[in-house]
Amino acid sequence: MTEFTRPDGSTGLVPTNPTIAGAEPLAPDGGIDRAVETTTEAGLELKARSQWQYARMRFFRHRLAVAGLIGLIIIFGCGIFAPLVAPYGFAQFDLLHTLQPPTTAHQHYFGTDTIGRDEFSRVIWGVRTSMEVGVFVAVASTIIGLIIGAIAGYQGGWIDNLMMRVTDLVLTLPALAILLAFTALVGNGGQWTLSFILVLFFWTGIARVVRGLFLSLREKEYVEAAKASGAGDMRLMFRHILPNTLGPIIVNATLAVGVAILTESALSFLGFGIKPPTPSLGELVADAQSNPDQWWLTIFPGLTIVLIVLCVNFVGDGLRDALDPQQRRVRA
Amino acid sequence: MFTFIARRVLYSIPVLFFSTFFSFLFVSYASNPLATVRQNPRATPHLIHLLTLQYHLNQPVIVRYFYWVQDVFTNKLGKSLVTLQPIWPDVQRTMGHTAQLCILSESVAIIVGIAVGIYSAIKQYSFFDYSFTTVSFLGFAMPVFWLALLLQIAFTDEYNKWGVRIFYTSGLNSIPGESWFTLDRLQHLALPALTLFIISFALYSRYMRASMLDVINSDYIRTARAKGVSERKVIMRHIFRNALIPITTVAALNIGGLLGGAIVTETVFTLDGFGFYFVQKLGQGDTYAVMAYLLVTAVIIIIFNLIADITYGFLDPRIRYD
Amino acid sequence: MPDPLLSIEDLVVEFKTEDGVVHAVDGVSYELFPGEILGIVGESGSGKSVSTLALLGLIPQPPGRIVSGTAMFKGRDLLRLKKRELRKVRGNEVAMVFQDPMTSLNPVLTVGNQLGEAINTHFPDEKDEVVKQKVIDLLTLVGVPNPEQRYSQYPHEFSGGMRQRAMIAMAISNSPSLLIADEPTTALDVTIQAQVLEVLKRVQQETDAATILITHDLGIVAEMCDRVLVMYAGHIVEAGDVATIFRSPRHPYTIGLMNSLPKLTEDEEWLEPITGAPPSLINLPPGCPFHPRCFLARERCRQENPPLAPVEGSEHKSACHFSEELIGRKSKFSEAVA
Repeated sequence: MTEFTRPDGSTGLVPTNPTIAGAEPLAPDGGIDRAVETTTEAGLELKARSQWQYARMRFFRHRLAVAGLIGLIIIFGCGIFAPLVAPYGFAQFDLLHTLQPPTTAHQHYFGTDTIGRDEFSRVIWGVRTSMEVGVFVAVASTIIGLIIGAIAGYQGGWIDNLMMRVTDLVLTLPALAILLAFTALVGNGGQWTLSFILVLFFWTGIARVVRGLFLSLREKEYVEAAKASGAGDMRLMFRHILPNTLGPIIVNATLAVGVAILTESALSFLGFGIKPPTPSLGELVADAQSNPDQWWLTIFPGLTIVLIVLCVNFVGDGLRDALDPQQRRVRA
Repeated sequence: MFTFIARRVLYSIPVLFFSTFFSFLFVSYASNPLATVRQNPRATPHLIHLLTLQYHLNQPVIVRYFYWVQDVFTNKLGKSLVTLQPIWPDVQRTMGHTAQLCILSESVAIIVGIAVGIYSAIKQYSFFDYSFTTVSFLGFAMPVFWLALLLQIAFTDEYNKWGVRIFYTSGLNSIPGESWFTLDRLQHLALPALTLFIISFALYSRYMRASMLDVINSDYIRTARAKGVSERKVIMRHIFRNALIPITTVAALNIGGLLGGAIVTETVFTLDGFGFYFVQKLGQGDTYAVMAYLLVTAVIIIIFNLIADITYGFLDPRIRYD
Repeated sequence: MPDPLLSIEDLVVEFKTEDGVVHAVDGVSYELFPGEILGIVGESGSGKSVSTLALLGLIPQPPGRIVSGTAMFKGRDLLRLKKRELRKVRGNEVAMVFQDPMTSLNPVLTVGNQLGEAINTHFPDEKDEVVKQKVIDLLTLVGVPNPEQRYSQYPHEFSGGMRQRAMIAMAISNSPSLLIADEPTTALDVTIQAQVLEVLKRVQQETDAATILITHDLGIVAEMCDRVLVMYAGHIVEAGDVATIFRSPRHPYTIGLMNSLPKLTEDEEWLEPITGAPPSLINLPPGCPFHPRCFLARERCRQENPPLAPVEGSEHKSACHFSEELIGRKSKFSEAVA
């Protein structure tokens, strides 16, 4: 044991550790740093990482999530760079090469339809539309749902009641039917009109989730502690509660992209959503109905939808595992 | 418990009023019933005048809404402006067909989904588990209309291709007429039911698996084992009882998605169901028929939400509605 | 001295994880005699729970694995028993009380039902009324008020302390010869802790069951136990009877543990924690697992893992190469224990 002098002048005994860095005593004020040093010197690991770094590590451990991410980058990349990737325009037709099966000639990788339009190009253009609709609807409805849900969940009382009644109204109506009715009567076949309509309905789901989160987090001890230190409402909401809700919100927003794309394609398939000349994958499947023997017209657009949503869901699942602070769950 | 139900039902009524009112509002503003009527070739000016008076088409929307509500109760949803026929018989018939389709697909989906979910959880990380996880993911990513279309194309003309007639790809019966429980009807409903089944199955198997895993790894299962309870009893008495609770809610709340799927599937297979009816009437701009659909489905959804809450409270003693 | 009721020899338990193999229990041997209360004390991750879960076969075998070792109980090796035989032992001759009463009871079955199940599993021929009466008697024994009413209630209607009492009642329902209590009071309020410990003591006296009490709280050990094992990183580092160990600990880790406790009878300005951080069970340090944090550590400690060897007299054992250097030193609590 070694002697040391405390700030008030009294002396005390402290264990000495002769194998590590000489016989220096452990001063109480330098305790933690010393402890860290001695631990690292002894060869034990002690790396501090931020929460986001941990999340990123966990995400990349999921092969499916990484595969989904790569898939999305490729597919959405095609969508973004559609003018470069697609050999033909969406409406460009060629009456000399109608109903051709997939071939490398003339770059008709996915074949052509009744009036010779290149299916591959049409699918690429459709991907671009789906991507725009999906991302826009997810982002916009998340923002709106976040604001409304946060206010409702945090404030409680009559604001909460009012918000919940409004979401109730929307959620008790049959989703697809209402959207069909809306788009049939108000829609003009354009993608942005449809996107706005979808946002109008999607925000309610997210608001519900956010409200639930804020409601439960409001009662947590660290919020009470912050309140006790004098933090105001705004600060509490933004600095303390919000960061802890970002995980589930991000996951929900990601999965919403998939739902939005599926919904849009269903509406377009039935003829109420996006109509020509705007490209849409659902539209392409609908067109293929009149040519059931030309399998390439049905398969490729639908398969693309499946691939996009599959990748989105993989990424969403990976995010859910990565951002879940309580890693009690077993991997889905 | 009864007060809970009564309160919920009472609460649902204003919700129903508001949602139908808003629906009525935009349906009326966006469509022009008079124009629709005028399109009808049999409509003489005299008839148009009569209809205008009868349906108060020259009144403000709010008034018309209340007349519609009155019609719902007294006149069984009133008459269509397009066909000039009563709506209720059509609704009744098509609802029956849709119910048959949905009951067929959902009952199989629930049973098979639960079974697969249970087995996947018990044999976690096995080949079985991985393959069905893949199937579930595909099910979630699959557009209903595309799946329906694929099945239809695959089996269209099968008699010409393979010489056997197993499935039909359109309509409800080979010979017109109502034959509800015949093999022929089953053959016609098989593919549409399969479509809806696959989508629902993905949901139920996934949820069941997650619920099972949650329960299997909980402390009270360890306690049961520590007491020496046989594995069979642990599974039946402790695991199942707890794992099945969330599934009832999931199934009941799936009704909205199911009805949406029915709309698409019936359209692809041209079945005389409620969903197809809705799509057709929407295309024709038939205001009151569209409203009829929205009202009936809203009521159905509310009822199923109520069922979900009640069963949950019944199965889980921690939830008691007092 | 009577024959040991339980004799564990060289128990090794591993867990396979994504990051590597976790050596949870690394060669543990001890004996338990009938009627005594043995405390196992250590930090989280020391292996104290795992070693007892292994006895009842409650370690999930895919990630976990009992690598080697024997556990002789009444002439049979528990680790080698077939499933059917083991099930007959569980809840019957060897019973366990778990840490968290909130989650350790099935929420959808009544408490009476679950306690009855403990009895029914091993005595299926007993009539229902007899079982029910036994359950009510047990609830009375552990101090649950209104046992007839409580019989038909659900776990969520019980308070935490009452739930733990019910768990204890469930464990002793078939008069086990060995009762294992895994941190029974950790999840409870301090005042409730005292009550539950009371119940445990009373129950032990009534049934004369040998008890293994696992805890991280030295205070509980001092109050309840006859002998104690100190565990660190899957090894037993010190063993002996409670009075001796508290009076004169002979392992640096035990000393460190006691030094870090505040003394009620004196003013202290600074608490003295053990330097360093708990070890990674995947990459254990070479030689003695405690050496990186030990104030006695020398070169030999890094090379050789010290065996658990007797210090002064055969009953007091310590796993330290230099435990003799600690002879004669008094612990912080030596006056209290005298």
